[in-house]
Amino acid sequence: MSEVKKIATRQSYGEALKEYAEAYPNLVVLDADLAGATKTGIFKAAYPDRFYDCGIAEGNMMAIAAGLSTTGLIPFASTFAMFAAGRAYEQVRNSIGYPHLNVKIGATHAGISVGEDGASHQCLEDLALMREIPGMVVMNPADDVEARAAVKAALDYVGPVYIRFGRMAVPVINDESYKKSFRIGKGQVVKEGRDLTIFATGIEVAAAIDAAKALASDGIDAEVVNICTIKPIDEELILASAKKTGKVVTVEEHSVIGGLGSAVAEVLSEKAPTLMKRIGVYDRFGESGPAAELIHKYELDGEGVYKQIKAFLNR
Amino acid sequence: MNNLELKKHANEVRKGIIIGTHSAKSGHPGGSLSAADLLTFLYFEEMNIDPKDPKKEDRDRFVLSKGHAAPGLYATMAERGYFPMKEMETLRHVGARLQGHPSMNYLPGLDMSSGSLGQGISAAVGMALGAKHQNKTYRVYTLLGDGECEEGEVWEASMFAGAKKLDNLVVIVDNNNLQIDGTIVDVNNPYPLDKKFEAFNFHVINIDGHDFDQIRAALAEAKQTKGMPTAIIMKTTKGKGVSFMENQVGWHGKAPNDEEFKIAMDDLEKIGASLK
Repeated sequence: MSEVKKIATRQSYGEALKEYAEAYPNLVVLDADLAGATKTGIFKAAYPDRFYDCGIAEGNMMAIAAGLSTTGLIPFASTFAMFAAGRAYEQVRNSIGYPHLNVKIGATHAGISVGEDGASHQCLEDLALMREIPGMVVMNPADDVEARAAVKAALDYVGPVYIRFGRMAVPVINDESYKKSFRIGKGQVVKEGRDLTIFATGIEVAAAIDAAKALASDGIDAEVVNICTIKPIDEELILASAKKTGKVVTVEEHSVIGGLGSAVAEVLSEKAPTLMKRIGVYDRFGESGPAAELIHKYELDGEGVYKQIKAFLNR
Repeated sequence: MNNLELKKHANEVRKGIIIGTHSAKSGHPGGSLSAADLLTFLYFEEMNIDPKDPKKEDRDRFVLSKGHAAPGLYATMAERGYFPMKEMETLRHVGARLQGHPSMNYLPGLDMSSGSLGQGISAAVGMALGAKHQNKTYRVYTLLGDGECEEGEVWEASMFAGAKKLDNLVVIVDNNNLQIDGTIVDVNNPYPLDKKFEAFNFHVINIDGHDFDQIRAALAEAKQTKGMPTAIIMKTTKGKGVSFMENQVGWHGKAPNDEEFKIAMDDLEKIGASLK
């Protein structure tokens, strides 16, 4: 098997900002002293006059972005997910969400795949925090193609958007044509199946695909659905797939409290109660270690997801 | 506009504050009354605004960072003609445009939603940066409480404004010396405010916030100041104009009852009558 191309979605983010800068002259980028890590440095190098470093003051950066947006600019405010959704939560809530301003938040280094920096920098709560804010669009792209499509979609959408990107290089699972069909709020059936549905988001979509392959060799036909937009969530697709297969698993590199699993459970419990298993990080903090080793330890690689799904099916 | 006319408008603004908070049975009269003269000057003299075209592109911007002084801002906007003063009676009522803290999506003419302290100045900094970025000439004004200066974000925003030399930004501090738990010195002394803003690369002007000549001169000086933002620290009297509210910390966030309403309006009527 040929080597699958791997790109970190933070890289895609930086490149997309640069790619769309010309078509969107009102696009400006803010960072909080992490341009090298968030990859907004790619934009900065190409468009230094449209890049503002706010220094290590993330709350201030978010409210500055709010003010900028009222003057007609489209600011992308970037930092690690921990600081964007965590530290600056209240600025995002009160200065961006409440007035429903046209601010885009590019949050990188989400989840345990941050790796060696450890739990203080591994945000596992951002999807929950951002999903709670009325009117906030929340996206968690699966790969390079989807990450760039999400940036473009955020530029075309008027209102606050939170996009989650990762540090670790992940397989490119979509081809370029997917960019044209990408829509905020629309899920993607990656593989059709009859026996159960795996709803996955972000870097876990690739793991879900691997798990589905392993399940297939056991004679289990899993449907894999990529939910990039956590909010507004694709209710129609979730209901249709759950009704078809009758069994649901969610997979996310996030706490099982408040993220994709919760969002899917909210839809199903109200409209089509379905037995489900939420795979993610189980109400605990992460730890230091190489990203791939951590993903393995937390059973969030293809093998771990397969094992957890088997346990669910055999319970 | 001469000082007598400004004083008359400011007195009407103060009546609006009393009418609004009395009707709401809540709200923040003390810090609204202390800011009334400055707000009057901004909306009647200083800012390029048009109540009939509240979103005109080249307007000067104002952010009430001390958002709890919303009754002061609303009454000023009403007096300036954005909406009838009668609407002050709807303050904080269900369905009202006059939310407890300013909300830009409820009321045209508000440039920012504010109220969570420390955030308004950051938004104002963002507006000033946006103006510079787009080579626009409008100016941005923001009013802070002195107690609000205990918020770290005020200094994050100030550091950025100084670093980026935002000379189209004027930060005004309503230094009425009182916050909810007591005097600002007793609670968590933010003094010296002027030296702090200087240290953050601001041009700093100290004035009496109830003296229109000083307000006028300070804002003119701010306009002449290039290469750095201006901070105006204005000494004020909390509750200014209403005898029993002046310098009383208890009137930070409490509304006058019917009896107190009468006394307050009598006080202001008397001041109005003296302005001939």
